[in-house]
Amino acid sequence: MIPRRQFLQAGLAASALWGASGFGAWSRLAAQQRLTQEDLIGPPGPGNLTLIHITDIHAQTQPVWFREPEINLGVGEARGQPPHLTAEEFRAAFGIAKGSALDYALTWEDFVALGREYGRMGGLDRIATVVKAIRADRPDALLLDGGDTWQGSLPALRTAGQDMVELLGALGVDAMTAHWEFTLGSDRVREIVETQLACPFLGANIFDAEWDEPAFAPMAVFERGGTKVAVIGQAFPYLPVANPRWLFPDYSFGLRLERLAELVAQAREDGAGIVVLLSHNGFDVDRKVARDVPGIDVILTGHTHDAIPEPVQVEQTFLIASGSHGKFVSRLDLDVRDGRMQGLTHRLIPVFSDVIAPDPEMAARVEATRVPFAEEMAEVLGHAESLLYRRGNFNGTWDDVICDALLAQRDAEIALSPGFRWGASVMPGEAITREDVFNVTAMTYPAAYRTEMTGEMLKAVLEDVADNLFNPDPYYQQGGDMVRVGGLAYRIDVGAPMGSRISDLTLLASGEPVDPARTYVVAGWASVNEGTEGPPIWEVVEAHIRSLGTIRAEPRTHVTVTGI
Amino acid sequence: MTHTRRETLLIGLGAFAAATGLAGPSLAATLEERIDAFTGGAAMAEGGITLTAPEIAENGNTVPISVEAPGAVAIMLLASGNPNPDVGTFHFGPLAASQRAATRIRLAATQEVIAIAQMADGSFLRTSREVKVTIGGCGG
Repeated sequence: MIPRRQFLQAGLAASALWGASGFGAWSRLAAQQRLTQEDLIGPPGPGNLTLIHITDIHAQTQPVWFREPEINLGVGEARGQPPHLTAEEFRAAFGIAKGSALDYALTWEDFVALGREYGRMGGLDRIATVVKAIRADRPDALLLDGGDTWQGSLPALRTAGQDMVELLGALGVDAMTAHWEFTLGSDRVREIVETQLACPFLGANIFDAEWDEPAFAPMAVFERGGTKVAVIGQAFPYLPVANPRWLFPDYSFGLRLERLAELVAQAREDGAGIVVLLSHNGFDVDRKVARDVPGIDVILTGHTHDAIPEPVQVEQTFLIASGSHGKFVSRLDLDVRDGRMQGLTHRLIPVFSDVIAPDPEMAARVEATRVPFAEEMAEVLGHAESLLYRRGNFNGTWDDVICDALLAQRDAEIALSPGFRWGASVMPGEAITREDVFNVTAMTYPAAYRTEMTGEMLKAVLEDVADNLFNPDPYYQQGGDMVRVGGLAYRIDVGAPMGSRISDLTLLASGEPVDPARTYVVAGWASVNEGTEGPPIWEVVEAHIRSLGTIRAEPRTHVTVTGI
Repeated sequence: MTHTRRETLLIGLGAFAAATGLAGPSLAATLEERIDAFTGGAAMAEGGITLTAPEIAENGNTVPISVEAPGAVAIMLLASGNPNPDVGTFHFGPLAASQRAATRIRLAATQEVIAIAQMADGSFLRTSREVKVTIGGCGG
């Protein structure tokens, strides 16, 4: 047994026990404007093994604005549980003061005002500073990357992930798993893994589609602090459903929990003192996996972009959520002795770019990857008069701009934009550059299609996506947000069963109900179907922004949410 | 054994064609009638039979499934939500090394896939798995 005190320390809602090294202290320091790099990174931790977790960076090498979700609903068992807390509920659960630096980093309210006070977050050069500081104290700390690393920016798109592969190699990643990596195509993934990647590319659930045999290494075992550390990788299980299967036809994914259980047992048999799952399942899926597959000590979660200040304990498993876009680095100091984990100390390090100094070596490397595209990225397309953000279960203002662009530029009645969780924000008063547009659109199947759909088909699409988000069983969820709509209003009852969540579909242009039998002109992008035709979405958005000059996008209320 | 292998291959190569050809009950028969025809109306116990299927189908046109029931003489597979639920029935002879079958099936929509095993002693075991078939496309 792990001593009770440490369990409490690691458990949720035990903020009082976190004491001086915990969140309350940072809040006070931040309020007093005395936040320092040393405060953020923290003192050396106890134990004999240190894990560093980064995930879902989405090729963001620069410090970014990133507003956390205003609406992040949990259903079934996850209802009202972290990470499905926002604003005041979030602050109350973790003892965060309103208006503090951590409030800014972790919630959405007053984002613009607090952002002006606390600045951008992330940046690979700052992350390098954090990693180096931890390794100065614990040289053999394991750095684990949860994936969604090689996609999400203009340089990553143009170099097919080459910039990120090199930068993360320089950062000293010890193992990674994947999701969007596969949208670069099977051949490119194999090329990188076989000839360039300095660390294991783990995916216990990645199989050869034809023969149903393991396609990548499932697990890596490291010797650290006198113990064997088994790291099992779990790629995003629903890649061929959520992303275009034709880009990686050779691979099959899925949860494959039987295999996971076998690997956990094998690791223990081989003498592992600790079993870590480096996962891209998404938080709610991992919460259930922790219960269904006993024997995993730590799950480093990813995919759903949640940042949770404390570990979430499920049975004997601790779930860590390290955010996205480089905003956070998680540090875990573990006491592993006599063949088992006996203690855990956790620190979610917020990467405030104005507090943590850039590492000069990494800054130079990052700069070199950007030079070929610098002029192109810096081109100003227009100006933002209001905050442009994406994250949240329903429409964000960035998505509204994209939908408006599709309606105007593709002459459509209705626009659909995928519920991606990646994409940095733009602050009011800032120029909108081409880099900003690519930060919310850069991917390998960008065609902005124009097609016809009946009202019945439209409802079916919305119902299908809603079930991928709100199915009460997380194993049937895919982890994206709801598809964004333009020119359309609807009502959604998130608690209703599949097929009856969506109602009151209304065409905004006429104010009339959507007729199931009528055909509508629909524009969208990121179709998973091969052979989709249309200009790349960034060209559509760029033309729209240029035509307007200034963009004012207040949050809209066309989606009515019930059943919460 | 030879007969069993041939039949298994036949089903494996084209679950639909094979199943349609082999189907005893008429297309109009309900799911319950099909099950009754196989079990003779006998009660079915849970456990002792394992059906492996993806939670979400990567491609509804070819969903890999496998079923195993140690000690079974026959296993019937049903896709409850297909226009024709018959997938096939696997028979295991006395020399079969294991009572396991794997194939790929087509699923028209999200539904329960059902497996029923007839054991050597004449008893029956039942299990099912929900497989979601989705339009997909918005994860990320």
